[in-house]
Amino acid sequence: MSASDHLIPVVVSNVVEVNPIIKRFEFKHVNGDELPAFSGGAHIVVEMLDDGTKRKNPYSLMSSPFERDQYAISVRRDDTGRGGSKFMHEQVRPGMQMKISAPVNLFSLDLRARKHLMIAGGIGITPFIAQMTQADKLGVPFELHYAARSVSQAAYMDSLADRFGDHVSCYCDDQGESVDLEVLLSNQPLGTHVYVCGPKGMIERVVETASSLGWPAAHVHFEHFLAPPVGEPFEVHLAKAGIDITVGAEQSLLEAVEASGTPINCMCRGGACGQCETVVVACDGDIMHNDHWLDEEQRAAKQRIMPCVSRFRGKRLELDL
Amino acid sequence: MTIQFKDESFRGDFSYANSPSNIPRFPFPFPEDEYMYSTNIEPHHAARTGSPFENAFDVDEHYVAEMKDRALVLAEDPGRCQALPHMETAGWDFLELVMVSKARDYPDLFKLTMDGDRWHWINTPLQIDDTFTFGDSSTLPCHPMEYIGRQVQGDHAILDQRDGNLWMDAGIITAQADWSLDFDIGMNFFEWHAPVPLAHELGVFQRALKFLLTLPQGQPSRRLNWTLTVNPRLDTSPENYPKWGPDRMTVTPENIGEKIHLRVELQTFWRLPRSNAILFPIRTYLMAMNEVVTQPKWGRRLHRVMRDLRPELVEYKGLSRYHPILVEWLSQFDDGAPTSPGIFPD
Ligand code: FES
Repeated sequence: MSASDHLIPVVVSNVVEVNPIIKRFEFKHVNGDELPAFSGGAHIVVEMLDDGTKRKNPYSLMSSPFERDQYAISVRRDDTGRGGSKFMHEQVRPGMQMKISAPVNLFSLDLRARKHLMIAGGIGITPFIAQMTQADKLGVPFELHYAARSVSQAAYMDSLADRFGDHVSCYCDDQGESVDLEVLLSNQPLGTHVYVCGPKGMIERVVETASSLGWPAAHVHFEHFLAPPVGEPFEVHLAKAGIDITVGAEQSLLEAVEASGTPINCMCRGGACGQCETVVVACDGDIMHNDHWLDEEQRAAKQRIMPCVSRFRGKRLELDL
Repeated sequence: MTIQFKDESFRGDFSYANSPSNIPRFPFPFPEDEYMYSTNIEPHHAARTGSPFENAFDVDEHYVAEMKDRALVLAEDPGRCQALPHMETAGWDFLELVMVSKARDYPDLFKLTMDGDRWHWINTPLQIDDTFTFGDSSTLPCHPMEYIGRQVQGDHAILDQRDGNLWMDAGIITAQADWSLDFDIGMNFFEWHAPVPLAHELGVFQRALKFLLTLPQGQPSRRLNWTLTVNPRLDTSPENYPKWGPDRMTVTPENIGEKIHLRVELQTFWRLPRSNAILFPIRTYLMAMNEVVTQPKWGRRLHRVMRDLRPELVEYKGLSRYHPILVEWLSQFDDGAPTSPGIFPD
């Protein structure tokens, strides 16, 4: 059973060009029904029918968790990626019908926190927009620190500053500004939880700084904004189904399995939730794991794979599917 | 079909009983002649008209009496209903889920009108007619979890999700089979399951936890669990052990059919939308042995299950005292014929 098997039919109600690389998409239920309530940090999986290829990409919801008449996501265009963001930017127009999954939250606020400290890099801002709306309504103090390459790329900065005032600080690389994590993390009241979403390096810096300052690990939360990587095509044998499939250069192994009609679980499609974990029956070659789920030992053992983000190079890969 | 609610008791004179028409809809927990501990989780789809799986939250002839029993327990011991401070949003999620489901599934009994955040709720069987502001606890007489928990059959635990684990941080628990919210509150999944024998070795809990952590919104799941209870007593809490513990000594071969009850928990699991918590309803169904054996398939199968039950489980479920006489008594209903697969009567 997968979250993305139960899709909700929606119509694209609005497409807004936020800046040259980011577009916002708004969806309403095709029947005008209410969409499911969700919590800040949740994502949906958007199904894209791109000229015969079916892609499913996860995007964080940025609309208010308290409004159920429409959802909003923001998509950063990535021309070197697998083509999902390009499809969204080039093909998706208002009035188009699409399908989305129900919301799933792998990055929720810890509701015990006395204060939420949010650190965003680039497009990593989106889950925080919904979280700030939620924290604000619950009356829990919060602070957002938002780093972007340039003022023009800092999506939603102005509107967030208008809505949340002093709770928001922005840092632009091209102005020579950057967050001083040591200072920021040393000066928080006890009971603060820190959340980070952005590029890998930024997440690592926050996690390391917090840990070196003695923050309890349970107070540090992160969401990797990881899209399945592109690579060389490869062949896989699915043992139970008794078939061979080819994974295309811009396709994920998960998508190739789905396209073959073989049942497989999934949820986040980004190597974080653990749902797609699959037993490797035989492996003669190297697995590029790319996930955040398996530990080092499991990776080295080559007995498990996360098909949503992993790729393969070698002679033979056989999976228990 | 309107339900005739029974006036009955789960204590004192124990006037609780199942009407003949209610017996076949009992969630008999044994799909085969042998019982082994397993996670046995399946999607909580609407299933089989008239069965307890037909609706999201089953309402049956015992509804009003069970809610009265709950009120008695809470009056005596308010600690049976507790929520840590961060569980308020989850309480509202729970309230919404129950109200929306019941109003949809039982329109002749429950009615919900929403005008933005202004909600109007009518519960006809309990004669409740209230207007409140969704999300504002000051407009309800108590915590949202307690408010709705007093109007829905079964116990309800609410599990907060964080750090890759589930935490029992809220609940309204008045009809439990020998566990205590007061003891378990604030514990994580492994801590509160610590006393279950065998299950750990089987890795059942790791699998169950992984499943629950990724439970999607809008796709609830369910499983059945069972034990036996002497007398139709809902409240078999450790706090009240002195009241129900000695009941076990009263079982004789003559009264066993009326005294011993099969106690089945229909457990469901729901992802809550705003809090991202998991709602864990534990709905208890009680049926006297005399009632169970009116269904020949159930009588036959129950004999085989009880006869072959592993000793650790006999012990764990607290059946040791009367297990041999129960097996002996049940044997008269086992003619050796094969039983059909599945839990429903033939
Ligand atoms: S789908 Fe979540 S880890 Fe693969």
